[in-house]
Parts: sequence; structure tokens; C-alpha cells
Amino acid sequence: MTRKTKAVQSLPLHVVLVLVGAVMIVPLVYAALSGFKSTAELSSNPFGLPEHWLTGNYTGILGSGDFWRLVGNSTLVAVATTVIVVAASALAAFAFARFAFRGRELLFTFFTMGLMFPFAVAALPLFLLLRYLDLLDNPLGVILPQAAFGLPMTIIILRGFFRQIPGELEEAATLDGCSAFGFFWRVLLPMARPALGTVSVLAVVTSWNNFMLPLLVFTDAKWWTLPLGVAQFQGQYSSDYARVFAYLVLAMVPALAFYSVAERQLVGGLTAGASKG
Amino acid sequence: MTSTFLPDRRTDSDVAPTSATAASSRGRARRRLLNWLTAVGFQVPALVLFIGLVILPMLFALYAAFFRWGGFGMPSDYVGGDNFTRLFQDDVFLGDLWRCLLLIALSLAIQLPFALAMAVALNQRLRGRAVYRMLFFAPYVLSEAITGVLFSMIFAPGDGLADHVLGSIGLGGVGGEWFADPSYVMATLFLVMTWKYFGFHMMLYLAGLQSVPAELTEAALIDGAGPWQRFRNVTLPLLAPTLRISVFLSVIGAIQLFDLVWVITQGGPDHHSETMAVTMFQYGFKRYQVGYASAISVVMFGICLVFALAYQRFVLRRDLEGATTTMRGDGK
Repeated sequence: MTRKTKAVQSLPLHVVLVLVGAVMIVPLVYAALSGFKSTAELSSNPFGLPEHWLTGNYTGILGSGDFWRLVGNSTLVAVATTVIVVAASALAAFAFARFAFRGRELLFTFFTMGLMFPFAVAALPLFLLLRYLDLLDNPLGVILPQAAFGLPMTIIILRGFFRQIPGELEEAATLDGCSAFGFFWRVLLPMARPALGTVSVLAVVTSWNNFMLPLLVFTDAKWWTLPLGVAQFQGQYSSDYARVFAYLVLAMVPALAFYSVAERQLVGGLTAGASKG
Repeated sequence: MTSTFLPDRRTDSDVAPTSATAASSRGRARRRLLNWLTAVGFQVPALVLFIGLVILPMLFALYAAFFRWGGFGMPSDYVGGDNFTRLFQDDVFLGDLWRCLLLIALSLAIQLPFALAMAVALNQRLRGRAVYRMLFFAPYVLSEAITGVLFSMIFAPGDGLADHVLGSIGLGGVGGEWFADPSYVMATLFLVMTWKYFGFHMMLYLAGLQSVPAELTEAALIDGAGPWQRFRNVTLPLLAPTLRISVFLSVIGAIQLFDLVWVITQGGPDHHSETMAVTMFQYGFKRYQVGYASAISVVMFGICLVFALAYQRFVLRRDLEGATTTMRGDGK
């Protein structure tokens, strides 16, 4: 088969891929371009480039403190959630992977059962509990439950990784006088950096995009995260389409930027989590 | 990093660093207890979080589901199974169940096969394949809130991008009310879900495809199998464990669907896109019928549980057997 006939054969495939690619990217490009238009121009000129590139929609949003406060809140919640869920999971996964103890499999099954708990199922009772604990309108009211719901997947992934670390290392460390925690802290964690990176990226993305829990917990706009801000902004400026598009695009930028940096960890983590869960 | 000297008196490597060296059985028992306490000690933070914020709330919902309760004070007006009987006579909730089945059916019939086709296409050596992969997966990292707002504007009746596109190719009459039309709202919602989620399933399949040994498809090629036969008889069976997981995640996702629907339609028009989670939210947080909403939570959990157990028992069993008895000797 010559190179030319091969190229002709794969032509339909390329056409399909380009079409699908267009469907995927057009909404995003359309939103970005629309942000540079005025709302009046949006209906007269929906497809073309803006006649005049208006930057006011974007700069207006970036210039107001509201947007940055949302970004700050989302960052705070995501980082705190990640630290807590990864720390608690690493300790638990260490015990699951390196100790033989009575009840280990039972306890592990108990945690993996959490995978069958979609968050929506527990949202209502969780809200009542948080209200009882006076954690509404408090970032901990989102951080702690997010960490709790992240545990099963994180423990499963980390346990798998910790198991691969050779037992000889542990013997050597023990003979050198390392305690169990010392081995965990000084030997295991530094070696597990790639796995820790993977689960951290997963936790950050999950927290960043969470909508239902912040919606329940934060009634005070002071604590709103980015997804809440987006939904709210549409309600407020529903007739000013161009401005909402600009807001959407700016709200997408952090997630897409994070994705382009951490694509490998994210995809690796999702596929590992799925195949082990 | 660690000592290089290897002892000739080896400790039991897979057990604990504190394992038996003591001769007396009492010493051994103490060591075992100590070992157990250390191991469980490491679990404490995770256990506290998990029990406190996942298990206990669920148990409380199970309790509250048997009361008529507005959500303040402790539930006291015990009504037995009334909330559940009411639930299964509630047209909205029965509609939720029907729409859930519809979304599952559409996902299995359209979204997942499409994702598989794309995965197979992008598993070949192809110009630009890394770009396509990245692009197809990108919507998955956007939050449901952003996706929802974006598409509610794209499908805005009359003035959205969708109607403009249809108008410009001479199909002006085809477009319509989209999310505002009771007969089309679910179809439009499914389109958006496919846009957002098929890339995730595609990535799972790609990971699965990469573990299909090239020797097998080559051998089939030499034996004279055509492309479809190679796919059907070699690739697909080897991909089965991945497919089963992907179906599982898709079903669980459909059962708990909330964010997209809430942002785009809030369940409307007239409940035509409502899901179980949205109904629960309406009763629990808007109408303060917390006992009734708890019953919805419990039923959702029951559906998930029964599905997960049945799936594990009848569908995933072979995979798990492979995993535990042959250490994943199936090439996964």
C-alpha cells in the first residue's frame, strides 16, 4: 500500500474527526468571540469576528473585586480540601498497604462502599448536620464534606501505589531505627510523589467544579465559589448576553489552564481510579 | 536514603515492622495488639471524616424518611412508610425515574458507542491525534455550572447560536424552543451531556485499548481477519472490563444528575427535565418537606446500592475474580 492510497483511505476518518472537533470547540470559541461584541451585535452578527473588538466586557469583570474574590474562595476551598483528603487518605492507605491487621479487608470494603454514595444522595442530611454544627456560611462546611467524599477514590489509588514499593526498603528503615510513622514520612511519601500528584490534581478539579454543596452551604455571597458566581451572574445580567459570555470565558480560564498543565496526572488519575474502583 | 546492610535475621517483610521477635506468647500478643493499634491509628483521621460526614448523615436520612418533618428541631411526627407510598404515587417522582431510565438508555445506545468509536479512531497513528484527544476531553474539566450557562445561551430560543446555525443552512424552522419545549428538553439536555462527558469515557477506552497487545491484532490480521472481525473478536473482548466500568459510572452519573439540570432548567418546563436529585432539592430546600425529601434520598441510595451490588455480582464478578486470583493476568 503506498502512502498516497493510505492517505485517501483515512480521509473519511479525518473528516469525521474535524467535524466532531468543530462541535467541541465552536461553543468555546463562540463564547470567547461573543465576549468581545456588544449584545446588539450578537444577534446581527452571530458568527463573524467582532466588528470592533470591545474589551470592556472582559476588563469590566476583571476590574471588579467580585470576580477575584470568587477565584480566591475557589482556590482556598480547593487547596484546603486537597490537603485534608490527601493527608487522611495517605495515612489510611499506608496502613492498608503495609500492615497486616485484623479487620483490614472489612475496613477497606467499608471505605470503597463510599464510591456507591453519589453526593446528591447525602446532600440533604449533610446540610442538616452542617446547620446543626453551625458550619453554614463557613468554608469548612464545604471543605470537610468534600474531603470526606473524596476519601474512597484517593485511598484506593494510593493503596495501589504504596503496595508497589518493595518491602526491603521498609526492613532497612526499621533496622535503622525508623518507626512506622518515620518510614511513612521519610521514605514512603517522598517515593510516592507521582501518585500524590495524581490524587491531588483529581481533588483540586473535583473541588473547583463542585456546585451543589457550595450552593447549599454558602448563602452569603462573601464565600461564593466560581460555579456559584457564574450561575448567579447569568441571573443578574440575563439580557446582557455579551457580558455573560465574557464572564463564562474568564471563569473557564483557570480550569482549562490547570488542565493544560496537569493533563497527564488528571487523565492518569481518572483512568486509574476507574479501573481500580 | 536507607541502610545498605542486609540482615540475615529477616523480619516478616509484608507484615509490620514490629512483628514477632519475642519468644513468649504474651509478648507476641502484646506486639500484635500494638501492631493493630498502630495500623488502626493511621486510619483514625479518615475514619472520623468518613463516618461523621458520609455514613452518619445517610443513617439520619433513613431515620427522617419516616417522619413528617419541616427540618427544624428533631423529627417527631412519625408517619411510618407514608412518605414512601406517597413517593410512588407522585407523578413527578415517577417521571424522574422514567427520565433517569431514558438518559441511561440514551447513554448506553449513543454516547458510549460514540466514545468508543472516537477512542478506536484516536488509538491509531494519526496526524493531530494528541490535539483531538485533548480537545475532546477538555469539556470534562469545565464545571457543570459553566457548561450549563454556556449551553442555555447557545440554545436560547431564536437568538442562540444553535438557531442561527440552523437558520443559516436553511433549516430555520427546525430549531425551536430547545430547553423550553417539553418534548425536546431531554434531547437537548442529552446533547449537552454528551458534549461534556463522552471525552471522559473515550479516555477510559483509550487507556484500555493501549493494554490490548498489538501481537494479538497482528496475529488476527495474518489469519485473514478483516478490520471489523479484528475489532469484534479481539479488541472488544479485551476491552470488556473497561466497558463494564464505564457503563457503571454512566449509570451512577445518571441517577445523581443535578448540577446541569439545576443550572439550565431547574427541572422545567413543568417538571419535564426534573431528576430525582432536583425533586429532592425542591422538597428539601424550597418547600421544607424534609421528611419527604429524605425519603427521596433514601430511594436514590437504594437504587444505587441495588444496582451496584447486582452489577458487582453479575457483571463485574469475572473482572474481580481475575484481579484477585490471577493478579490481573488478563493484561489489564
